[in-house]
Amino acid sequence: MSITDIQITEKLTHGDDHHDDHQEQSFIFKYIFSTDHKTIAKQFLITGIFWAILGGGLSVLFRLQLGFPDMDMGFLQPFLGDWISNSGKLDPEFYLAMITMHGTIMVFFVLTAGLSGTFSNYLIPLQLGARDMASGFMNLLSYWFFFLSSIIMFISMFLSTGPASGGWTIYPPLSALPQAMSGSGMGMTLWLVSMVFFIASTLLGGINYITTVINLRTEGMTFRRMPLTIWAFFITAVLGLLSFPVLVACVLLLVFDRSFGTSFYLSEIFIGGEALPNLGGSPILFQHLFWFLGHPEVYIVILPALGITSEVISTNSRKPIFGYTAMIGSILAIAFLSFIVWAHHMFITGMNPFLGSIFMFLTLIIAIPSAVKAFNYITTLWKGNLVFTPAMLFSIGLVSFFISGGLTGLFLGNAAIDINLHDTYFVVAHFHLVMGSAAFFGLLAGVYHWFPKMFGRMMDEKLGYIHFWLTFVGVYLVFFPLHYIGIAGFPRRYYSFTNFDAFSSFVDLNSFVTVAAFITFGAQFIFLFNFFYNIFKGKKAPINPWNSNTLEWTTPRVPEHGNWPGEIPKVYRWPYDYSKPGAKDDFIPQTIPYHKTEESNTDFENEEGKKERFDN
Amino acid sequence: MLNVIIIIAAILILVILFAIFRVSSLVDVIKGDSSNKIPSSNGLQANLLLLFLIIGLIGGFYYSFGGLEEDFVLPVASKHGVITDNLFWWTMAITGIVFIVTQIFLFGFSWKYQHRENQVAYFYPHNNKLEMVWTIIPAIVLAALVFTGWKAWIDITRESPEGSEVIEIMGYQYAWSVRYPGADNVLGNYDYLKIDATNQMGIDFSDRASFDDFIPREIHVPKGKPVRFNIRARDVIHSVYQPHFRLQMNAVPGMPTQFWFEPTKTTEEMRVETGNPDFQYELVCNKICGQGHFAMRYIIVVDELEDYNEWFKSQEPWLKQNADYLTEVPEKLREVASITVGIENEVWSNVQKGLTNSSSK
Repeated sequence: MSITDIQITEKLTHGDDHHDDHQEQSFIFKYIFSTDHKTIAKQFLITGIFWAILGGGLSVLFRLQLGFPDMDMGFLQPFLGDWISNSGKLDPEFYLAMITMHGTIMVFFVLTAGLSGTFSNYLIPLQLGARDMASGFMNLLSYWFFFLSSIIMFISMFLSTGPASGGWTIYPPLSALPQAMSGSGMGMTLWLVSMVFFIASTLLGGINYITTVINLRTEGMTFRRMPLTIWAFFITAVLGLLSFPVLVACVLLLVFDRSFGTSFYLSEIFIGGEALPNLGGSPILFQHLFWFLGHPEVYIVILPALGITSEVISTNSRKPIFGYTAMIGSILAIAFLSFIVWAHHMFITGMNPFLGSIFMFLTLIIAIPSAVKAFNYITTLWKGNLVFTPAMLFSIGLVSFFISGGLTGLFLGNAAIDINLHDTYFVVAHFHLVMGSAAFFGLLAGVYHWFPKMFGRMMDEKLGYIHFWLTFVGVYLVFFPLHYIGIAGFPRRYYSFTNFDAFSSFVDLNSFVTVAAFITFGAQFIFLFNFFYNIFKGKKAPINPWNSNTLEWTTPRVPEHGNWPGEIPKVYRWPYDYSKPGAKDDFIPQTIPYHKTEESNTDFENEEGKKERFDN
Repeated sequence: MLNVIIIIAAILILVILFAIFRVSSLVDVIKGDSSNKIPSSNGLQANLLLLFLIIGLIGGFYYSFGGLEEDFVLPVASKHGVITDNLFWWTMAITGIVFIVTQIFLFGFSWKYQHRENQVAYFYPHNNKLEMVWTIIPAIVLAALVFTGWKAWIDITRESPEGSEVIEIMGYQYAWSVRYPGADNVLGNYDYLKIDATNQMGIDFSDRASFDDFIPREIHVPKGKPVRFNIRARDVIHSVYQPHFRLQMNAVPGMPTQFWFEPTKTTEEMRVETGNPDFQYELVCNKICGQGHFAMRYIIVVDELEDYNEWFKSQEPWLKQNADYLTEVPEKLREVASITVGIENEVWSNVQKGLTNSSSK
């Protein structure tokens, strides 16, 4: 405890010094090479939004191909050039490039960097009562590595041979051999380089989050008083720290195979009219290494969203989150289990069926903590006094998606059923709901909820509602039908289905999904307007617009570098004292000591209150 | 000109939308009362959530139970497929119930407990008994699913029974090649170094078992007999997928895989069942493999056993069709080879002549 105290005082004085310098900082250091966690969070958010538009735009383009295969796409020629043939057809290889970039962008750049990067950075110091991250400089590096990685990935999209095209999972040999597809040439090289920088960024960020959570909690902020947001960010950072380095190893071996003639993943290959000398490698090894990251990665994506949802649902239900301890327990259980389920992505790769049995067993265990989370959310709503802010609606939407997509996971996690569903649209529907859309809704809920703190202004509620309803209904209309064509055996990553009798029906359904995708994508522009317009023109936000308990709402309307102008507030209670019987308001912020709330205290809390008086 | 008009129209629409937005937010400012933190349309949102639930459930039921023309469930045509389908529908029933109940609670509670003045939320931080219940019940249900799934899985993935038909399938960009063992019922060796433009599968003719192997243009399998696919790939990963058989296994370069199954319906029978006179079992590639990924179609024909045997006998060994490859057969086996596959003397001597010519050069 004493160590923490010293650090806090150090930070305090340090922070205050900084505070004074602050006015003289030039634009570049204030807004571009800033070490302030709030500015870095906004940088992550805006970069994430840029990538989300691009990633979403790509999906709309390839939905066009799937929904209206006979369409003349000549009008896209000004943008896509030679990727559109003179007869107005999309190039099949570019189709694969688009799905690959869509996956890469969404999983890594939007839902990892855009979500964790934004909210871990923004909320960890604010909700813990810290002046800033443990290392502002590492935080700065974290963003700029991400920026560099973004630039490289962006450039790769303009190569004449196209960007990486072997799917976001980049399975070799397809991704290792430029002879196999043109995207596996320079495009793949840039993908790999970009990912290495991306991983460096994630690790720098993650180390910082973990250190900050462990060391810089304000006085009284014990682990058992931390908001669930912070618990989620903390465990997410641990997951990232343990799994991303494995991706580096995995990618590095692929680089060796591609450029230095090694045979880690290659064996007995005859391609482009010649037999390659590589012998003894195993493409399955790559998949093991990849999914050792890849599976924790989906939890890296979803856990922060669940953390945000916990906070938003509790605040707007005016009720404590149900089962706080169980929620922490399930986060820990999910985190642990996420490391030992990876091979359920590989049931039918030819992996030993015995391994398949083990991974099936472990996979279905992970459903239990996930189910507990869903039940706890629903119970939190029960007998609440629900306020439907846009953030609340997005959180409810998230829970709905999490359930829908989670349940289909029980099909895919079952090896025997997976035989027929693997790599079909059923899988596409499953993960787009449970991880894609759910995490995306968590991101949006977070933006709507913390926008007033980030920019000191309010977003427009009505536009928020329109945005929510179009997106929520749109997402279900896009992904629910995909389950059906998945059950019918439609393989994913197909440029066209007209070659097959079995798949040539359902044209109407595919067109329907495409139209729904367009509406959903279009609705995001309402959000963009709402977001950017209100940064400058929005109504000024009150200090605590949602009557929330957590510490960030005790800062000034627009917190400066250092977050609190005076002393850092102390914490006396957990963050979920909403509608406590006897209390005069329906919320008691964490900074209110027990001895001031005798009317609502339990016996135990009265004891604590006495101790507080004694301490003071 | 038309484009310009469209652009102008689009800009106008955006301007109008923006104007509406400004007016409505100004009206809100005039109405005032920014101290009230409950959104003015809170009740509307609650009702919309309920409406979504009702329409969603009705739509889902309509959609799932024959409201549409198309049938999404492919008729199953293999023995193990019946078991996996069974598992599938059990899982569907369980998850379907959970899905409906939880969504009703989620949206129902949202509607029922919408904000009301004077309503106080119930301070209910935890209930250990309740939490135990909903940890243990899913655990039991999941255990049942795992156990049945596991039993099916080990049954499907065990070694193929004695006397299975063995067929080799090789994926390459962007087609399939299929090899049958021929009269001796043994597939010969292969070696990727022996692949060339004609010998696509790299058959190794130093192995006697290769002589009578044949490579047909479509796959034939017998109904009611276990069939084992030996699966490999030549360049990148492919995946052998046939939805009617509920069959899927990746084809991996450098790592042979296998899948065995027992077809239960002939192509003819399926034509009757589906009412589609042109029905064919189609083999599909289901692992991204390059630009032609979507076009790797290959026909599988399921015959009655007698028809299959007849077809099998009528196939010519590949070596007979490509007698040039006799030169790859070790010298002392050449005569045996030409006799087993029935290469006529004339052809054989031509090949020999070619051999001596080329060696004398």
